[in-house]
Amino acid sequence: MVEGLEILSDMGVTFTDSAARHIKSFLEKRGKGIGLRLAVRTTGCSGLAYVLEFADEVAANDEVFQDNDITVIIDRKSLVYLDGTELDFTREGLNEGFKFNNPNVKDECGCGESFTI
Amino acid sequence: MALLQIAEPGQSEAPHQRRLAVGIDLGTTNSLVAAVRSGMADVLADENGHRSVPSVVRYTPGCSPVVGHAAATGSGDSRSTIRSAKRLMGKGATDLVDSWLCRHYRFDLDSGSVPAFLTADGPRTAIEVSAAILGRLKHTAEAALGGELVGAVVTVPAYFDDAQRQATKDAASLAGLQVLRLMNEPTAAAVAYGLDNEEEGIVAIYDLGGGTFDISLLKLQRGVFEVLATAGNTELGGDDIDNAIVQWLMDKACIERLADENAEAAAKVYARSLKEALSTSASVDVDWRDDAGHHVLCQLSIEEFNDISRPLVMQTLKPCRQVLRDAGIDREDVTAVVMVGGSTRVPLVRDSVAAFFERDVLTSIDPDEVVAIGAAIQANILAGNKAGSDLLLLDVTPLSLGLEIMGGLVEKIIPRNTTIPIARGQEFTTYKDAQTAMALHVVQGERELVEDCRSLARFELAGIPARVAGAARIQVLFQVDADGLLTVSALERDSGVVASVNVKPSYGLSDGEIENMLRDSMKHAGEDMQKRVLREQKVEAARVLEALAAALQADGDEHLDAEERARIDDLVRQLSDVLQHSTDREVIRQAVHALERGSGDFVERRMNASVRKMMSGQGIDAMDEAVGKARHEACTSDP
Repeated sequence: MVEGLEILSDMGVTFTDSAARHIKSFLEKRGKGIGLRLAVRTTGCSGLAYVLEFADEVAANDEVFQDNDITVIIDRKSLVYLDGTELDFTREGLNEGFKFNNPNVKDECGCGESFTI
Repeated sequence: MALLQIAEPGQSEAPHQRRLAVGIDLGTTNSLVAAVRSGMADVLADENGHRSVPSVVRYTPGCSPVVGHAAATGSGDSRSTIRSAKRLMGKGATDLVDSWLCRHYRFDLDSGSVPAFLTADGPRTAIEVSAAILGRLKHTAEAALGGELVGAVVTVPAYFDDAQRQATKDAASLAGLQVLRLMNEPTAAAVAYGLDNEEEGIVAIYDLGGGTFDISLLKLQRGVFEVLATAGNTELGGDDIDNAIVQWLMDKACIERLADENAEAAAKVYARSLKEALSTSASVDVDWRDDAGHHVLCQLSIEEFNDISRPLVMQTLKPCRQVLRDAGIDREDVTAVVMVGGSTRVPLVRDSVAAFFERDVLTSIDPDEVVAIGAAIQANILAGNKAGSDLLLLDVTPLSLGLEIMGGLVEKIIPRNTTIPIARGQEFTTYKDAQTAMALHVVQGERELVEDCRSLARFELAGIPARVAGAARIQVLFQVDADGLLTVSALERDSGVVASVNVKPSYGLSDGEIENMLRDSMKHAGEDMQKRVLREQKVEAARVLEALAAALQADGDEHLDAEERARIDDLVRQLSDVLQHSTDREVIRQAVHALERGSGDFVERRMNASVRKMMSGQGIDAMDEAVGKARHEACTSDP
């Protein structure tokens, strides 16, 4: 695997304005931590699931980059699955939250919480 | 696809396993639901954008009940439109007499112990009305969070007793809502401000709602909030300020009274708009006219408004003084003051409270939402969505819990202000020979005599093996769970017979009554102590008489001649007489001593006889019993 920034230019994760605004406000409200961690893990009814967490530290296998003034941390394994993903913050009825628009996804489970590539 | 929230590091749940939990402020006038999403606690709005739901439910025959704004504003049968049901939670028919509710609603007082509102759709208890409100909030929350709730933290006033707390839990389960924890409203407000992160401190929670006022003093120590004292006024609130403004308008218009209820209601709405405008500006234009053609056109300045509302605001400071006094806390020891309730938006209220406590008051969180937000933070932790348990809130028992013992005395098992959850046991024994059952009477309160405390439950432990008095060992266990609900169990150790009761009394105590109970216990402390020692002496005397009568009947003739017997009978008569007529503990004590001395020889002879019998080769069991009996009788003659 290629090292460093070169990856990031190839494999980006972007935020919509709405997502960026909400992430900043949540980070500010939390008042600690270094940024946002995105990941994919193998679980769920269709194989893979997204992880969206606050980040307090950077691990050895993490890549760190900035988008919209937000520090984003993604471990190298997850990065493969998240290439080109746009993170959006949206509202569906009364429910509001983050949504991954991931071009790599082939199939989702009925509820959309897990997916396959 | 499903919408995601940002989780704490390492706390992401697998799909379909997210644990959604909410905080619910089930209020007298308004109710709210809040949740933590992406680390931020916020109130959840319903489909119309309303952040709070009026605690109003309207029943129409054959339809599901209408809850909230539609019930509060729509016209309809006023007796079937239930407001303020919270005031009736956990209360009995006797609490209803002369209450506000009684003047507005018809009640079914006959069917069972829980009074029910007579609505067009049949009788409805306060629990059912609350369940309808909770059901509505649950629906809003599930729509907003996109999934089923694992549970909720529901707030209750600090002064709610076991019955009122149980009624609240019942309402939640009726609404299909799992209660993770009941939480005291002032504690929730303190948590919303993150005050639980402090090491320790004294927090005052000033809660001025529309129709009620509460002040609570909490002590924070190692993450535990203890309610030190509460006081308040259930008939005082922001509505009184509105009424004072209406009076001012009427004075300006030179009218004695308003035409009818509608005119009063309209004037009140206008008065409220003036009050709200004056929360943010220094003066407001008044342009008021009623249907009768009266017209007031002038300015209302903040100074004049302050003069109008000052008497009411000053009335709230009296209970503030009282809680400090009750808790024995100096004003300067209070480390934070939290403002709760919409009426604390009035600048005069904030300024007066700040001046009273000589410190800035906390107002940054919407005072209508702060309780729900604190509950949501707690719910999020209890649902396991936050790493570590950096916040495990505990509450305390508001009044002591105890058991009735012989002579109508109270044995306190769990003292007031004990941190819950708690389990405490105590061993009791039988009072009479061959006693096979024991009646247990669970009481709540601070006084020494049962009749001055509140009866919570009675139950019986039957099947105790027949033994001499004092031989049975009965372990009584009081357990209070995290919601403040009590379970009492009794276990006879040798036979293993067990009985228990969940305390779910049919009615409760008001804020004022609890205060009175506490105050009375202080006021009557000396007198109670006297009564207690007198009762104890009487119980002791009765026990001596009982034991001696049993012994005399068993083998009195064997050990005593006629003269000795007559002397003892005489002493027995004297003690019985004194026991019946005297209220002097010392007199009774001397009569007991006289009898014990007079019957000493008899007791000794019996003891020697039973020891002889024992030595002449009997089984181990019988021997044990004989020793027990001998020992017991030795005790009765012990001065």
